[in-house]
Amino acid sequence: MTRFTAWRRRSWAGYAVVLAALVAIGAIYAGVSPATDQAQASGSQAQAADLAKGKQLFNQNCASCHGLNAEGTKDSYDNTIAPSLIGVGAASVHFQITTGRMPAMTTAAQVPAKKVVAPFDDPENVTAVAEYVQSLGGGPGVPVVPEGGDVGLGGKLFRTNCAQCHNFTGQGGALTEGKYAPNLLETTPVQMYEAMLTGPQAMPIFNDTTLTPEDKAAIIAFIEAVRGEPNPGGAGLGRMGPVSEGVVGWLVGIGLLVFAAIWITAKKPKKLKKS
Amino acid sequence: MADEQLPKAVAGPLNFVDDRLGTVGFMKRNVKKVFPDHWSFLLGEIALYSFIVLLLSGVFLTLWFKPSMLEVHYHGSYEPLQGVQMSEAFASTLHITFDVRGGLLMRQIHHWAAILFMASLMVHMLRVFFTGAYRKPREINWLIGIGLFTLGMVEGLFGYSLPDDLLSGTGLRITQGVLESIPLVGTYGYMFLFGGEFPGVDIIPRMFTLHVLLIPGIILALITAHLMIMWHQKHTQMPGTGGTETKVTGYPFYPVFMAKGGAYFLYTFGVIALLATFAQINPIWLFGPYDPSAISAGSQPDFYMGLLEGSLRLMPGWEITAWGHTLSLNVLIPALLPLGIIFTGAAIFPWLERWVTGDHRYHHVNDRPRNAPTRTALGVAMVTFYGVLWLAGANDVLAEKFHLSLFATTYFFRVTVFLFPVLAFIITKRICLGLQRSDAATMAHGYESGTILMSPEGEFSELHKEPAASEKAKLLSKEEPKAPLPAVDANGVPAKGTKGPIGHLRTRLALWWNADTVPIQGDGDPHHHGGHETEEGDQPKQLTH
Repeated sequence: MTRFTAWRRRSWAGYAVVLAALVAIGAIYAGVSPATDQAQASGSQAQAADLAKGKQLFNQNCASCHGLNAEGTKDSYDNTIAPSLIGVGAASVHFQITTGRMPAMTTAAQVPAKKVVAPFDDPENVTAVAEYVQSLGGGPGVPVVPEGGDVGLGGKLFRTNCAQCHNFTGQGGALTEGKYAPNLLETTPVQMYEAMLTGPQAMPIFNDTTLTPEDKAAIIAFIEAVRGEPNPGGAGLGRMGPVSEGVVGWLVGIGLLVFAAIWITAKKPKKLKKS
Repeated sequence: MADEQLPKAVAGPLNFVDDRLGTVGFMKRNVKKVFPDHWSFLLGEIALYSFIVLLLSGVFLTLWFKPSMLEVHYHGSYEPLQGVQMSEAFASTLHITFDVRGGLLMRQIHHWAAILFMASLMVHMLRVFFTGAYRKPREINWLIGIGLFTLGMVEGLFGYSLPDDLLSGTGLRITQGVLESIPLVGTYGYMFLFGGEFPGVDIIPRMFTLHVLLIPGIILALITAHLMIMWHQKHTQMPGTGGTETKVTGYPFYPVFMAKGGAYFLYTFGVIALLATFAQINPIWLFGPYDPSAISAGSQPDFYMGLLEGSLRLMPGWEITAWGHTLSLNVLIPALLPLGIIFTGAAIFPWLERWVTGDHRYHHVNDRPRNAPTRTALGVAMVTFYGVLWLAGANDVLAEKFHLSLFATTYFFRVTVFLFPVLAFIITKRICLGLQRSDAATMAHGYESGTILMSPEGEFSELHKEPAASEKAKLLSKEEPKAPLPAVDANGVPAKGTKGPIGHLRTRLALWWNADTVPIQGDGDPHHHGGHETEEGDQPKQLTH
């Protein structure tokens, strides 16, 4: 103990402790955060001015990873860098681009949604690329969401098929290996339909045999109803169940009552009559 | 008061009661009873008052709740569930929520009061533990407290399960799994409780009876016993407030403590009402009715069950299959072991401490946590153990909200559930000893006033001042530990109580319990430098000589 005491009184001991703590925190963070590779330069292979607009956009924005013929690319260990797009259909392309997932900036455990950037902020350009990919090998096209879904049925189907990953109100949830189910707070009806149809990232495909178009419309109607519904009981606390309720109970409830206890006992009676 | 004449209308009935029950004598003895005053003594009262709120709001809810698993189609005023098939329990809870005036508020008051009931039991027990208030003669009340906490957990689990929503059904499914994992009798226990295959139609009415009748009755009886024993034994008091082992200082029950207690009841009720009004809890209409084939991400129990959820999530999938039977260690161990360690440890702790320290005296004055470093460190280690398992119970929420890998959190908690309690023990013990050293320094040569003096020779020094009398009484409240039993007496014979492996263990534990303790001596006067040696801070002595 005396050696330790002598050591910690050195002038550099404080800096050493801070440095060690920073290194430890960095190491722990690197360990627990999902594996991330370096960003890939999104190169442009613009060639061939005589091709259609879609092919040109594809070549400019997609081909660096997906290959010039959309056949996909692999690294030297034969691991897929980007999948083949032949046969994925326009629905998949439309979903990936309009949610900002493609063109991807990184190859993390899962490609995150982000703000849509040029040239795909123009819906015409998205349609052009989607049609080009559709022309390569077919696949599901951009769907039209049927009107008038049954909210009650949708809730039942959502709880059975979707809630285990996306949570009961679509707040999202964690999956294995750093993957996650995103929240559904901003997703448009067409995007939801496309996601069910094409199964992006970790999501399974719910084809028209598993969930009929009416079922899909019902699920979408349920999500839209829940999103638009006010919280009758006060603040929603993230609508994510007992974890946030427990945090509020401890911090606000016990916090306020401890404050009240300190206040009450700090008040001393001025004078007590002897009796 | 005595010389004033009461009106006959008042005096008559009072005399009637007094002649038959002797209430005046009882009141005379008890109404002026002195209670020590400290904010942390009010923490247990939160539990008492929220229990009253629970009883009242619970009665309101039973007026409409139907504990039935009869399948119905919903046709109430909540549109998104129109026509959905559900149990009558769930439908009646929706009815309370959306169609009974004040029903949602009452449901939320009931649930927030339950959260505060359990949370306040926890903080109250921690206060009792860290101040050593469980010591002789209060061991029975400590055991009653542990019993109340256990019953509160079961009561809470049943209340959480009654509405038959998606979350509560998920909790019941885990309850079923835990029952089934018990060797030999598990499947029988499960069939007995559920009356058939999960979920069956019996479980909700059965839990309802237990939830509204049996368990609250036992809780009420235990609370009464707890308070009567406390009244009889008198409340403990904080050191340095003028009280001794034979004298209680504080304020009389009437009028001071009654006013404070009454005010605190109103505060508790107010905080519960505030939460129930502004913070939505248990939105069962969003969860939807229970369906054994459905589950939601972020399915957690209420916080007081989070420890069990966490240990279940951390446990590797160990199973032993022999002679056609499976022993599900992956459920049995997390269900029994962590809670078993904490509750059994807490229950035997008063006796364990007495055995180790050989202290069989009465204790009415509390310890300062720093003055019992080993106990404080053990307590913090246990809190850390509980806390890690608690966090692990929310690991999917942590992973989702903080963008961490779910598997990484699981492995992190698997290691830290063993590592952090050990670290917490070492760190806490060192902090306590450091605080003791600081107290010893204050008593040896006063406290550092922050005033820097320059002597005529140009030497700078800090002025030390004598602490106030109450501060000195607080610092001097530390009891020096009894010297450990000598290994051999004057004749070279091993002393009684140190013989054999148990005696050796006890001697070692006693040494460990009191290791490195710092004696606190002196009068706090900077002018007389006490005999206590310190490594630094000798300048004031030179200055004042």
